[in-house]
Amino acid sequence: MLSIKNLHASVEGKEILKGINLEIKAGEVHAIMGPNGSGKSTLSQVLAGNEAFEITEGEITLNGENLLELETEERAREGIFLAFQYPVEIPGVSNLQFLRTAVNAMRHHKGEAEMNAAEFMKLAKEVSKQVDLDPAFLKRGVNEGFSGGEKKRNEIMQALLLQPKLAILDETDSGLDIDALQVVSNGVNALRAEDRAILMVTHYQRLLNHIVPDHVHVLAGGKIVKSGGRELALELEERGYGWLGIKDEEEAAANSAN
Amino acid sequence: MATTDQEVNELIKREYEHGFVTDIESDTFEPGLNEDVIARLSGIKKEPEWMLAWRLKAYRRWQEMDEPNWAHVGYPKIDYNSISYYSAPKRKEDMPQSLDEVDPELLKTYEKLGIPLHEREKLAGVAVDAVFDSVSVATTFKEPLAKAGVIFCSISEAIRDYPELVQKYLGSVVPHGDNFFAGLNSAVFSDGTFVYVPKGVRCPMELSTYFRINAANTGQFERTLIIADEGSYVSYLEGCTAPMRDENQLHAAVVELVALDDAQIKYSTVQNWYPGDENGKGGIFNFVTKRGACIGKNSKISWTQVETGSAVTWKYPSCVLRGDNSVGEFYSVALTHNHQQADTGTKMIHLGKNTSSTIISKGISAGKSSNAYRGLVKFGPGAEGARNFTQCDSLLIGDRCGAHTFPYIESKNKSAIVEHEATTSKVSDEQMFLCRQRGIDPEQAVSMIVNGFCKEVFKELPMEFAVEAGKLLEVSLEGSVG
Repeated sequence: MLSIKNLHASVEGKEILKGINLEIKAGEVHAIMGPNGSGKSTLSQVLAGNEAFEITEGEITLNGENLLELETEERAREGIFLAFQYPVEIPGVSNLQFLRTAVNAMRHHKGEAEMNAAEFMKLAKEVSKQVDLDPAFLKRGVNEGFSGGEKKRNEIMQALLLQPKLAILDETDSGLDIDALQVVSNGVNALRAEDRAILMVTHYQRLLNHIVPDHVHVLAGGKIVKSGGRELALELEERGYGWLGIKDEEEAAANSAN
Repeated sequence: MATTDQEVNELIKREYEHGFVTDIESDTFEPGLNEDVIARLSGIKKEPEWMLAWRLKAYRRWQEMDEPNWAHVGYPKIDYNSISYYSAPKRKEDMPQSLDEVDPELLKTYEKLGIPLHEREKLAGVAVDAVFDSVSVATTFKEPLAKAGVIFCSISEAIRDYPELVQKYLGSVVPHGDNFFAGLNSAVFSDGTFVYVPKGVRCPMELSTYFRINAANTGQFERTLIIADEGSYVSYLEGCTAPMRDENQLHAAVVELVALDDAQIKYSTVQNWYPGDENGKGGIFNFVTKRGACIGKNSKISWTQVETGSAVTWKYPSCVLRGDNSVGEFYSVALTHNHQQADTGTKMIHLGKNTSSTIISKGISAGKSSNAYRGLVKFGPGAEGARNFTQCDSLLIGDRCGAHTFPYIESKNKSAIVEHEATTSKVSDEQMFLCRQRGIDPEQAVSMIVNGFCKEVFKELPMEFAVEAGKLLEVSLEGSVG
């Protein structure tokens, strides 16, 4: 489904991704792990088409289609979904209005009739329950005054509503307590489907106890340095990134400061 | 990140929808201003002598006044002798008696602007006074309104038919000498709307005036006077458009509202004068004095404005809260883009006891525009227990525009309470990315974000116009995405 070949990307002239190769098939769940500053979030942003990043080399295709030729919104309509690490607020725009606009943009793209406010309300209420969000959230401004956990649940709720082909989850577990982690994981597991792929980006292994991946990749210095199955994550937890000869940027910074 | 700012700037380029010119034969004065011109204007309108005397007094006063220069705007000096002070479509001697007698070309113009003048049509719940250049061409629903006792007619008619009311209230809120532009208007105002709602009457429908500038090199100086007698209620809407022309045109209106005991006036404006082109050429100079006097106890005046047009806007709809317990409100959305400049806000003058006022101002700046909020909240010595709440929010789109806030507070009463909140935010790259990542078009995203920002003000507009205002912002932000 998703094919990344020799991908190089930079921001403000600084190269972050230095030749990524990755193949993801429909139905699979992949986890990308790595220390801070390894390029995990950059990879998510680049896949979703954030124009702040410049692609200097390589290719990305989704079901054979060249993603790099598509605008952000076109990629979204083709089925790329990014659950943000830090979802931004849009004051005054109700979550309901935002979500319906998004769902209708997708439906319009597929040639389906737009959903009216009543139909959408019904659907949104059902889905909000799946991630344990009070339907009253729908009336609040997008991410306005949401707690960290609420924001993350809101992101997963959007994935459930939009039913993407490829869901990219950027540090979805960060800032979650155990209960919220369980809810979010249940939501992600509900997304698992034969015709859908999931790419999880995470610093910690604990998320993978809840959402068990088929493949695990370790990203360091802008390259995938090791790939394996579920067991790779466990090994990392036990032995740390140092085992692979990788230094966490924070650690490195702390060490150099000493 | 600069790329996205660039894109947003592309988005807010827009076409002005109402820029067409109606090809109609007009009687237009030669440019120039002197006492003879004023006498001729007054003569054409068959005004009584007292009116001409009033105008001339204003004119003499105006000649001694200086154009204000304190606003945060810049524009070339206006030559007041290069403007024509009267232009009206040619027609028979008398006012048309019914819509059937109105020039079809004019009816078509208003159709095209989305303001059908045929009664029982789309805007069935709204009575319209259509002002074209210097004259009122049609007023709808006069009969049902008359049944309710409401007078709704052009100010020219009111001067002839209701001289006592006009003499009593004209200039009572905005006197001749109030400011330079009000002085000029008092001397040369050509037409406008007059409303009187009698005691205890709730006006059965929304009243509105649609101002259209058509002729070139003319100024539009309309005068609106609304009087709400004891215990009455009226909601009034105003809309404005003009053709696209390379020259700047002057619009200097005066609006006076008077609310007696327990009366309420709700005044809404959707201002969409031609803003000039993307290089700042052309557009309307909108120098307007709007003021309401809550002279009665428990009275209320509420201003809601959505300002998207004009090259330069200088406008401060205000309330003088004289009556005890009277309430003043000001809700404003001002959008500027390209080279537009706006210096707008309000004055809340608290004189009576327990008077209260609310100011919600939303300024949106895009392109290279400049958008300033200027507001005065003043408490007189008698304003025991008075209070004001002010909230000024600015939204910046792109990084070449400016937003400024100039709040002034003067208090001569220690019991008065003022609260002031101000924020400045930006349509951020992150917000745009979030929307687009969810499949939403960039235009739609900007428009959604801006509409969200304006929500508190839009909910104050009468329903028909809230929808229109939302659409207007959408059009204003509509653009050519590469």
